[in-house]
Amino acid sequence: MILFKIENLVKYFGGLAAVNGVSFSVNRGEIFGLIGPNGSGKTTIFNLISNFHKPSGGKIIFKDKDITNLKTNKICRLGIGRTFQVVKPLGRLTVLDNVIASAFLRVHNKTEATKVALETLEFCNLIHRKDDLAKSLPIGERKRLEITRSMATNPDLLLLDETAAGLNPGELDEAIELIKKIRDRGVTIIIVEHIMKVIMTISDRIHAINFGQTIAEGTPEEVANDPAVIEAYLGEEYAHGK
Amino acid sequence: MDVFLQTLVAGILKGGLYSLIGIGMSLIMGVMGIINLAHGQLMMVAMYITFALHHFLGIDPYISLFIAMPALFLLGALIQKYTLNPLLEVESILPENQVLMTVGIGMVLTEIARFIFSSDYKSVKTSYSNATFFIGEISFSIALVIAFFIAVGFTLLMFWFLLKTDIGRSIRATAQDKDAALLMGVNSKRITTITFGLGSALVAAAGTLLIPIYYLFPDIGGPFTRKAFVITILGGLGSTVGAIFGGVTLGLAESFGATYIGMAYDDMIGLIIFILVLLFLPGGFKRLTKV
Amino acid sequence: MKKYTPYILLFVLIIFPLVVRNSYYQHLMILVLIWVVIGSGWNIIPGYTGQVSFGDAAFFGTGAYTAGLFASKLGMSAWWGMAFGGFAAMAIAFPFGWICFRLRGAYFALASLALNEVCRHVATVWESLTNGMVGILVMPTFVSKIPYYYVALSLAVFSIIFIQSVMKSRWGYYFLSIREDQDAAESLGIDTHYYKMISLNIAAFLTGITGSLFMNYMGFIDPEVVFSLHDISIMAILVGIVGGVGTIYGPVVGAFVMVAVHEFFRTGFLGFFKTLASVTGSDFVNTVAKYVSQAHVLGFGILVVLVILYLPNGIVGDWDKIIGIFTRFKRKGESS
Ligand SMILES: Nc1ncnc2c1ncn2[C@@H]1O[C@H](COP(=O)(O)OP(=O)(O)OP(=O)(O)O)[C@@H](O)[C@H]1O
Ligand SMILES: [Mg+2]
Repeated sequence: MILFKIENLVKYFGGLAAVNGVSFSVNRGEIFGLIGPNGSGKTTIFNLISNFHKPSGGKIIFKDKDITNLKTNKICRLGIGRTFQVVKPLGRLTVLDNVIASAFLRVHNKTEATKVALETLEFCNLIHRKDDLAKSLPIGERKRLEITRSMATNPDLLLLDETAAGLNPGELDEAIELIKKIRDRGVTIIIVEHIMKVIMTISDRIHAINFGQTIAEGTPEEVANDPAVIEAYLGEEYAHGK
Repeated sequence: MDVFLQTLVAGILKGGLYSLIGIGMSLIMGVMGIINLAHGQLMMVAMYITFALHHFLGIDPYISLFIAMPALFLLGALIQKYTLNPLLEVESILPENQVLMTVGIGMVLTEIARFIFSSDYKSVKTSYSNATFFIGEISFSIALVIAFFIAVGFTLLMFWFLLKTDIGRSIRATAQDKDAALLMGVNSKRITTITFGLGSALVAAAGTLLIPIYYLFPDIGGPFTRKAFVITILGGLGSTVGAIFGGVTLGLAESFGATYIGMAYDDMIGLIIFILVLLFLPGGFKRLTKV
Repeated sequence: MKKYTPYILLFVLIIFPLVVRNSYYQHLMILVLIWVVIGSGWNIIPGYTGQVSFGDAAFFGTGAYTAGLFASKLGMSAWWGMAFGGFAAMAIAFPFGWICFRLRGAYFALASLALNEVCRHVATVWESLTNGMVGILVMPTFVSKIPYYYVALSLAVFSIIFIQSVMKSRWGYYFLSIREDQDAAESLGIDTHYYKMISLNIAAFLTGITGSLFMNYMGFIDPEVVFSLHDISIMAILVGIVGGVGTIYGPVVGAFVMVAVHEFFRTGFLGFFKTLASVTGSDFVNTVAKYVSQAHVLGFGILVVLVILYLPNGIVGDWDKIIGIFTRFKRKGESS
């Protein structure tokens, strides 16, 4: 069953097309990978979905409803959570307060919100940091805070933008575990990731773009063996001996 | 028709000076991303310098340009270096603390001027203060015409500087993208210091040019700060070309307002423009022209 | 100890007019309390929601004129203003915020400054309603200052408790989220425009009521007094930043300090310069004395510069830093 889809999404920055006619659809309960080399337009797609940028063309459909041009906060309220590639913590608030602020979206009194926040922190394994200021966290935990915060808004669809970048191998395994755990809760996930180990192991399907255009879609295996992808993306990395 | 033309001419001439004020403010806005709410007060300081030079030493205001402008460059650079730049490293909840700092500086400058010169109105009367010439039926104030051409000269000089010199290029680069400029090795502290100095020197020129035909008192800074930000916003925050349009527009609007609505509304005209821009043209002229 | 400070302070404030019968000091304390409310209201917008406002006088003046108009136009008691002044100020804040909160940062600050000026001009020009520059005069209800004192105190206590409870609620969390990162707040489902409006309207409401109280207490208003950019809007900012933005008690401390600094200058450093002038008999000192008595604005200006540079979070926000400096001093003194 299709939960979410974009149709022919286009975004121009000045004369440059950052996203140029991308379409895909995501099934409920799926982990959907979105890959592409640097600057290929992945973050821009996320920003279009959550309407930080207005699409120049195309449609965004969520739960059979056209959500193109809805306000950012409305989109979150409908059930699409997101994280930022360049993290945006509420720096001078504690980790707990960060999460309480987002939990308030679904519950309206402080006691309930605190309860939800503590549960979510526990779930995302960040509870030991709850009294620290968000800005004092190292990058790995800031990324986890991003996830925790959007989980506290109880989303049906979660957009993860490079939440594994900059993590050490131990943290990486933890992050993979967490993403799987989130999926097991019934949350559908679109994940942008450069680290092949992550994206190839957890994605059900992968959509690859380059220069804002689709170059392949399929299972991880299919995409990994697609010549266009290898040339545009993997080829580059293999060439560097990674 | 003559009244109309007369008003038009007066507006454009005044607009030339306003552009000078606006360019200074826009430069600072562009590079630092802040509105300088001490801009009019800096102009006031320059005017008092010119006044004092004339009063005590009998120096002609046009010659004072060569003293007032460097002096204000120095003052502006010092303000930037010792009060605004340090704020970049200050951890504070207070938003816009640099803007609030300029408010404080404006207050200090005004009160120091009051301390030295008292609150009395001062003016500099020169032989050309009230002189006029006629083209057809339209009268031209000689002082204002000279001021206009000097203002145009400074504006051109400024653009030459921004386009052709290394420092000018660094300033433009910083205004366009601070981080990229930093990566390219631009010393941003030095650039902001120079920019604030330049902005101050330009507004000093405007003040000095204005003084033969205007009067002077310590609180004159406030209204001119307001004019400056109206111009800056009209032009599109941070756009130097826009500031010229903004300056001329404000000059014309004030001039026509005074002729056809009444002198008393002088100060309100700017506000009305400001509100209209806010409502209908956020982004100012820059939005229309993409300059 | 810290926990009890507010209660001790409240107790002192309650018995103050009973102990200090001097009406001059009572007057000063009323001013302090008025500024506590204005400063606390102002603090909500920049301190908690992250948007600098230069337009407090618009709300203050609207509240004051509401009270004045009840008396001058309707022939009713100006105290009715206390009931309606806050709402009148919100009637200004609402459309203003609706339009201008689409703007960010300095743009909004300028718009609020323009609002301040527009209100002042309107009050000056609309003579049929406001009497223009002539102003509005109402007969004070009480001769004694004590009733005014307690009204002001109640208002101050109310606003602090109110703001404190707002900040513990959902609204408060949303305000802080907007202050910390607007984009993040939006992405977490917070309608930033709407909650900025709420924060502005709370501030307008409190400031408006205070304006009405001011009308009743002073008995006279004109556009230059209540819509003054310097004496109201900037003073509100000063109260906030000197005391400490983003703290509950910052504006309380700020109000004390600012009224004290104002008086300190007005009295020529508590009569120091006058004494000096009469002792030395010097004309120069006399002139300086006269100047100093009007130089509170200079004092304020210097204070702004120093506080922003060295106590960027105000006296309350940087309290630990201040204590640190003093203990270091002491240690130095002891070791030498
Ligand atoms: N706000 C913007 N204004 C102008 N250009 C932009 C903007 N945001 C992105 N771009 C451009 O759009 C293109 C796509 O950028 P985007 O950030 O979406 O890439 P990405 O796939 O997320 O890359 P990365 O893997 O490095 O995160 C880039 O060329 C970028 O420079
Ligand atoms: Mg990206």
